[in-house]
Amino acid sequence: MDQSLLSTVGDKLKTQFGAGIISSEMIADYPVFIVNRDIIEQVVKFLYHDETLAFQYLTTLAALHYPDNKGHELGVMYQLHNLQKNYRIRLKIFFSSNDPVVPTITSVFSGANWMERQEFDFFGIIFSGHPNLKRILNVDDMNYHPMRKEYPLEDGTREDKDDRMFGR
Amino acid sequence: MSKDDKNTKSELIEKEYSTLNLGPTHPATHGIFQNVLKMDGEIIMDAESTVGYIHRAFEKIAERRPYYQITPLTDRLNYCSSPINNMGWHMTVEKLIGIEIPKRVQYLRVIIMELARIADHVICNSVIGVDTGAMTGFLYIFQMRERIYEIYEELCGARLTTNIGRIGGLERDFSEKAWTLLDKFLKDFPKELKEFENLLMRNRIFMDRTIGCGPISAERALNYSFAGPNLRAAGVDYDVRVMNPYSSYEEFDFIIPVGTNGDTYDRFMVREQEMWESVSIIHQAIEKIKKEPKGIFHADVPDFFLPPKEEVYNNMEALIYHFKIVMGETEIPKGEVYHAVEGGNGELGYYLISDGGRSPYRLHFRRPCFIYYQAYAEMIKGAYLSDAILTMSSMNVIAGELDA
Repeated sequence: MDQSLLSTVGDKLKTQFGAGIISSEMIADYPVFIVNRDIIEQVVKFLYHDETLAFQYLTTLAALHYPDNKGHELGVMYQLHNLQKNYRIRLKIFFSSNDPVVPTITSVFSGANWMERQEFDFFGIIFSGHPNLKRILNVDDMNYHPMRKEYPLEDGTREDKDDRMFGR
Repeated sequence: MSKDDKNTKSELIEKEYSTLNLGPTHPATHGIFQNVLKMDGEIIMDAESTVGYIHRAFEKIAERRPYYQITPLTDRLNYCSSPINNMGWHMTVEKLIGIEIPKRVQYLRVIIMELARIADHVICNSVIGVDTGAMTGFLYIFQMRERIYEIYEELCGARLTTNIGRIGGLERDFSEKAWTLLDKFLKDFPKELKEFENLLMRNRIFMDRTIGCGPISAERALNYSFAGPNLRAAGVDYDVRVMNPYSSYEEFDFIIPVGTNGDTYDRFMVREQEMWESVSIIHQAIEKIKKEPKGIFHADVPDFFLPPKEEVYNNMEALIYHFKIVMGETEIPKGEVYHAVEGGNGELGYYLISDGGRSPYRLHFRRPCFIYYQAYAEMIKGAYLSDAILTMSSMNVIAGELDA
């Protein structure tokens, strides 16, 4: 089922958005589509309103940070679900950390409100058009985004803990 | 003074709203979160929720811990049903590694998870009772939660933050005593639950108090990504156990109770009915276990499952495996998985990205509480303050899950 879902959704997205869909592949049991950052809101809207696909449930949304992918350091993962047919897909967008602006999808899903605020809080991704984009779990006057990879969890100057033994 | 002046004067008298801080530590909110309410007398005109008071950075901490050390972090998400969180995490890692779990272990896990669901719903429903002014049911039914905790204690040694099970199975088999405690629990619980229901379910005062209190429509609930009993109370029959079965749930026979109005009474009734279903699932699991070969409590994966202690002391191979697992030197494949279980509050998901290192590259928790609590402000608009309290307790907002 999943393989056919990949092509069904992939074909529909390709005809609608053309080059905006950068890639599509199966990762574990999920069809994953990497799409252009600028059209993410239209893609989500299209998937929501399309009669056969009807992805009308936003499961979750998570930001990603790959500091080594120069020019595409930051990303956001969206997971959508069609509850009637039990289709689940994942959308991904990647963009530079110098320009971390992403169109919000709160106009489609009210539930995206806090999810986007959380990722803004932890990764500094600015969701343009968001009704109330401010920190949610951290204190308001914090001046950095702690989930980014440049903030190590432990003090880098410690010498008693050897990273070869205890680190990542 | 002319007539016109008089009119402008009366228009100048502006209506003033008062601001009320509900929380961060208010005994009626059962957790640490703040709501700034704009009140017109006793009616809530507007609300703003502030969360994050017990944020503990689990997603960040998880990026530096070996996989088996992340289980205790998941305990502290929804601490009313930690075993479900633990099992969800084990299953996520098993999915990443590709471990096949023996049937008997899957059924044992089902028993543990359903016990946790009962414990979770017992707390939520009895607290709804307390918030309507009925303390008695709460005091009686809590003995039953105590009995569930005694079973946990026998299975893993802990009560609240259980750290139950291991990647690849359970840390030990159910002991004789655990089976006895479970049998006794299954014998006594239906009686006690019935008694609890007699106190509240058709009680005129309770019904008047909860019907129509804090309702949400199915459309709004779906748009807010609700899950679990709160979504089902609104009339959507979405249950991860049925939609995407894990741990052999597809072999069990149970119904998904749904409500119609999505109000406090429906949420109470859905949880109530789910407890009965959980009891039936546990009975079915016990029957199934009887048909399985005895004594199996983990998959045969020496790379990931700690060898028995006696062997570690006397056997070189076991010692090597033990050392490698404890130091996080096991080979973890690269990959990206999402696994969801039906937690006490709905779809509890783990989104895990592994780059082959000792610890996850990125771990994201889909915490149902965090997602549905944002609808709270909308749900209590125009309601009385006392209804707002009731709405919150019936949504089962758990601060641990809210703030991660």
